[in-house]
Amino acid sequence: MKNYFRYIAVLALSIVSCEPEFEDPIDEEGFYSNGEADFSNYVALGNSLTAGFADNALYISGQENSYPNILAQQFAVVQDTEGFRQPLVNDNTGGLVLGGQTIPGFDTRLVLSFDADGSNPSPQNYRGAQPTTDVSTKLEGSFNNMGVPGAKSYQLAFPGYGDLSGLTTQPATANPYFVRFASSPQTTVVQDALAQEPTFFSLWIGNNDVLGFATSGGVGVDQTGTFTGANPIEYFSTYGPNDITDPNAFAAVYGQMVQDLSASASGGVLINIPDVASVPYFTTVPVNAIPLDSQTATALNAQFAAYNDQILPGLMGLGLLSAEEVQARRINFTEGQNFVTLRDESLTDISQIIQGAPFNLDAQTAGLLGQLRQATVGDLIPLTSSGFLGTTVGGDPMMINGVSVPLGDQHVLTTSEQEMIAAATQRYNETIAALAEANGLGLVDANATLSRLASEGISFDAGTVTADFVSGGAFSLDGIHLTPRGYAIIANGIIDEINDTYNSEVPKVNVGNYTTVTLSNDVQ
Amino acid sequence: MLVLCGLTSAVIYAGGYRVSLQGQRSLAMGHTGVALVNNAELAFFNPAGLVYLENKINVAVGASAVFSNVIWQNDEFGQMAETDNPVGTPFYAYFSYGVNDWLTLGLSAYTPYGSSVEWPDDWAGSHLVNNIDLQAIYIQPLASVKISEKISIGGGPIYVNGSVNFNRNLDRTLTDVEGNRANVTVDASGVSAWGWSLGGMYSPTENLRFGVNYRSEIIVEAEGGDADFENIPNSPATSFADTQFDAALPLPAELTVGASYRFDKWTVAVDYNRNYWDVYNSLDIDFADAGIPDSDNPRNYKNSSIYRFGLQYWANETFTLRAGYYFDESPVQSGYFAPETPRNDSNNFTGGLSININDRFAIDASFLYSRFDEIEETYNPDPETFPDYEGVPFGGTFKSSAFVPGLGLTIKI
Repeated sequence: MKNYFRYIAVLALSIVSCEPEFEDPIDEEGFYSNGEADFSNYVALGNSLTAGFADNALYISGQENSYPNILAQQFAVVQDTEGFRQPLVNDNTGGLVLGGQTIPGFDTRLVLSFDADGSNPSPQNYRGAQPTTDVSTKLEGSFNNMGVPGAKSYQLAFPGYGDLSGLTTQPATANPYFVRFASSPQTTVVQDALAQEPTFFSLWIGNNDVLGFATSGGVGVDQTGTFTGANPIEYFSTYGPNDITDPNAFAAVYGQMVQDLSASASGGVLINIPDVASVPYFTTVPVNAIPLDSQTATALNAQFAAYNDQILPGLMGLGLLSAEEVQARRINFTEGQNFVTLRDESLTDISQIIQGAPFNLDAQTAGLLGQLRQATVGDLIPLTSSGFLGTTVGGDPMMINGVSVPLGDQHVLTTSEQEMIAAATQRYNETIAALAEANGLGLVDANATLSRLASEGISFDAGTVTADFVSGGAFSLDGIHLTPRGYAIIANGIIDEINDTYNSEVPKVNVGNYTTVTLSNDVQ
Repeated sequence: MLVLCGLTSAVIYAGGYRVSLQGQRSLAMGHTGVALVNNAELAFFNPAGLVYLENKINVAVGASAVFSNVIWQNDEFGQMAETDNPVGTPFYAYFSYGVNDWLTLGLSAYTPYGSSVEWPDDWAGSHLVNNIDLQAIYIQPLASVKISEKISIGGGPIYVNGSVNFNRNLDRTLTDVEGNRANVTVDASGVSAWGWSLGGMYSPTENLRFGVNYRSEIIVEAEGGDADFENIPNSPATSFADTQFDAALPLPAELTVGASYRFDKWTVAVDYNRNYWDVYNSLDIDFADAGIPDSDNPRNYKNSSIYRFGLQYWANETFTLRAGYYFDESPVQSGYFAPETPRNDSNNFTGGLSININDRFAIDASFLYSRFDEIEETYNPDPETFPDYEGVPFGGTFKSSAFVPGLGLTIKI
C-alpha cells in the first residue's frame, strides 16, 4: 500500500499547482506602468460632470460610471491604490430631500418612456420610487470624488458651501450635494480635497460659469470685466446664479486651486471647458420648429402686415430704426416649417413709441411687438422649451407661443448671447492651457472631444457615438450631462493625456461596455 | 446506479463538451481501450470485447472529480476574469453477464458529454455566457457476440437523458433602472433522445488485438423549456417576458479505431478518435413568444481527432501500474472561441494503478492532467457565414487547466 499513499500525495500536490496561470498576467506589477505619476491616492475635483451626474439627477449607477471612478478602476490595474471612495447617494431614483420634502429643483432622474406601442420616446421623471437621499444625513470620512453638481469655479473655494444652514438662506449660499459630505460647515471643496493629500488629481471646473447663463437662455449678466482683484469672496457674492463669471476672476481662483493641488501631488490633469452651445440641450429643438399650412401662414402674415409695411418703415423714417434692424424685425410666415418669433433684448424697445401717434397701438399689442423678431438659423432653443412652443396663451387660438406671441428671453439663446458665452469659454480655456503648461500638468481637450461628438462622432466597436439627443449615446436625457458611455469617452481622453504627459501605460476602457440612456415607463 | 445518477454533474474538460472519463483503467492509459480486454469498461470502449472477459459476471463502477478552471484577460482594456467552476463528478457503471461461450449481455450507464462553466456574473463576456450547466446520461443495454475465435461484434441502443441550464446577459449594456443587467436563463431538463453504438474486435493472435467502435450522433431536442428573463426595464421598447423555448444540441458521433499488444508483463495500446463535431454549427434558441427575437449563437465546430497512447505494467499479484498520454484537438475554430466552451488543443497526461484486493475485487485509481497553452482568441463569427449574428467581437487571452483524479471498482464473479 506504500506506493498507493505516495501516489495520493502526488495527487494532492498536483491539485494545488493546477490552477491556470498566465505567463504574463496583467495584474502583476510591471505589466502596465504608472510612469512618473503616482495614482495611489487619486482625488477628482469638479462639478456635476465629475460627480457622475446624468439625466438631471445624481444616482448610484451614474456615480459608479463617473469618469473619475472609471479612471480609478484603470489606475488600480496599473498600480496598488488606496481605493476610490465616492459620496454615493442613497438610491437609483435621484432627487434630494430635506426634512421629508423633495427640494425644489432637485427632482428624480429622467428616464426614457414610450407610448404603449413603443413609439414616441420622451424623457420623463422617474416615478417608480420616492427620492430617499436626505441632504441632512452626513456622510462620514473623506471622498476621492469631490465632484459637486452645480459648482462654479469659485465655489470650490467658497467657505460655507457645505453648510446645511446655507441651503435655506435667500439666496442659498450652500450646495446640497456638498452639504452631504463636507467635513465641516465652513470647509471648502478644495480644503477637503487637499486634506486627503492626493498623489494625483484631476480638475474639471468652469462649465457652470457659463452654463447657467446658457441654460437660462441668457437671462443672467455677463460679468466679464467687473473683477477688480479685491476680496474675491465678497466680489463673487454679488453674482447671480445665471451670470457669466469674469474670465479674470476665473483665472485668479483657478490658478490658486492648481497651485494648491500641484504642490504635493505627483501630477494631475486639467480638463478644459466644452462649448456649451454644442450640447443637445441646445441643438435638438429646431429653430424653425413651427409647421404652418398656407392658409394659416397667409392669415398670420395679414396680422403682421401693418407691422411690416407701416410701423417698421415708419420708425425707420423717424430715424429710430436702422435699415438693418428693420430687416431683422420683419415677420414672414410661409407654408411649411417657420422660424419661431422671439423677444430679443438686444433690439431697440419700441413698445412705448408705437403706443403713441401715429401708430396708436394698445399696450398689449405694443408689448408683443416691442422687441420682436423672427429667429434665424444661428439662434438656439433650449430642450426644455420644446414643450412650450406652439402652446396657446389662455386657450386663445390666435395667441400661439413662438408664432403670434414671441418667445421670452429664457426660451432662446440668441447669437449675441452665444458670442458672450463663447468669448468667456475661450478665455477660460486659455487660462487652463497656460496653467497646465506652467505646472507641467496634463491638459485634456474635452472641448475638442465634445465637438467631435457633435460633428462626425466617435467610433467604437459597435458603431459611432454621437451627440444626437437620445439616439447618439453620449448625452443623457437632460441633454447636457453625459451617459456612462459618454463619461467613458472622457475617461479614455484623460488616460491618453496622462500616458502622454507622465510616460505611463494606463489601459483605456472599452466604450461599448458602458450603457447609454435608461428606459422605463414608471413615470406616472 | 440510481444513486450515482443523482450525483452526476458532468464537466467539460475535453474538446467541445465531450468528457472522456469513461473508465479509470482506460483513462490511466490515455483513455485508450477500443482494443483492450481488461474489465467491464469494455461496455463503453468496445462492447465487442465483452465476450472475451473470463468471468461470468463483470462489473466496473467509478467516478472522477473534475477540477477545471479557465482564466481570461484582455490587456488592451485591463480586464480579467476567472471561472469558479463547481467540481464535476462524471461517473460510469458497467455490467456484463456471460450467457454462454459466444454471447455476453450487458448494461451500461455513463456521462460522455457535459459542461459546467461559471464565470463571474456580469463579467466582460457576460453577453455571451455567465454560466452554463449541461448534462447528459447515456444508458445502454448491450450484446456482445463472438462470430469466430478471432472476431466479435457488440453494441446496443442508447437512451439519453439530458438537461441544460444556460444564463447570459441580453447584451453588453441593457439594465433596469437600478442598474442590474438584463439577462436570460434557459432551462430544460429530462430531455430524452435515442442513439446506438456498434463495435468490432479482431484478435489475430493471443497478444495482438484490433478494435473499432462507432457511437452514433444524438441530437437532444429541448422543447418547451423555460426561458426566464430578469432585470428587464419596464418599457414597451424592451418587451422580454418569460416564455418557452426550443433548442437542439448535438451530441456528435465518435469513431474509434485502435490496437493493443501484450508482451510479458507489458501492454501497449494506441487509439484514434474521430469526433464528428461539424454537426454543431449554431446553437439556435427559438423563443415561443413571437415578440422576442430568437437567439442564434454561431459555433461552426469542425471535426476533430484525438490521438491516444497507453502503457500497462503488471507488477505483481496486487499491483498493476498504468500511464498514458493523449493529444486532444479542439473542435473550436479560430474566431469562434466562445467563453462557454473555451477550449484549445491540449496535451494530456494520465497515470494510475489497480490494487487487487482479492480475486474478485480491485480498486482502480487514475489521474488526468490536461495542459493547455494560453491562447489569444476571439469570438467573432464570420458575417458571411452567419449573417443573422449581430454581436461585436469578444476576445482576449484564455488559459485553461484541468486536473481529474478518479476512483473505481472492478468486480469479477
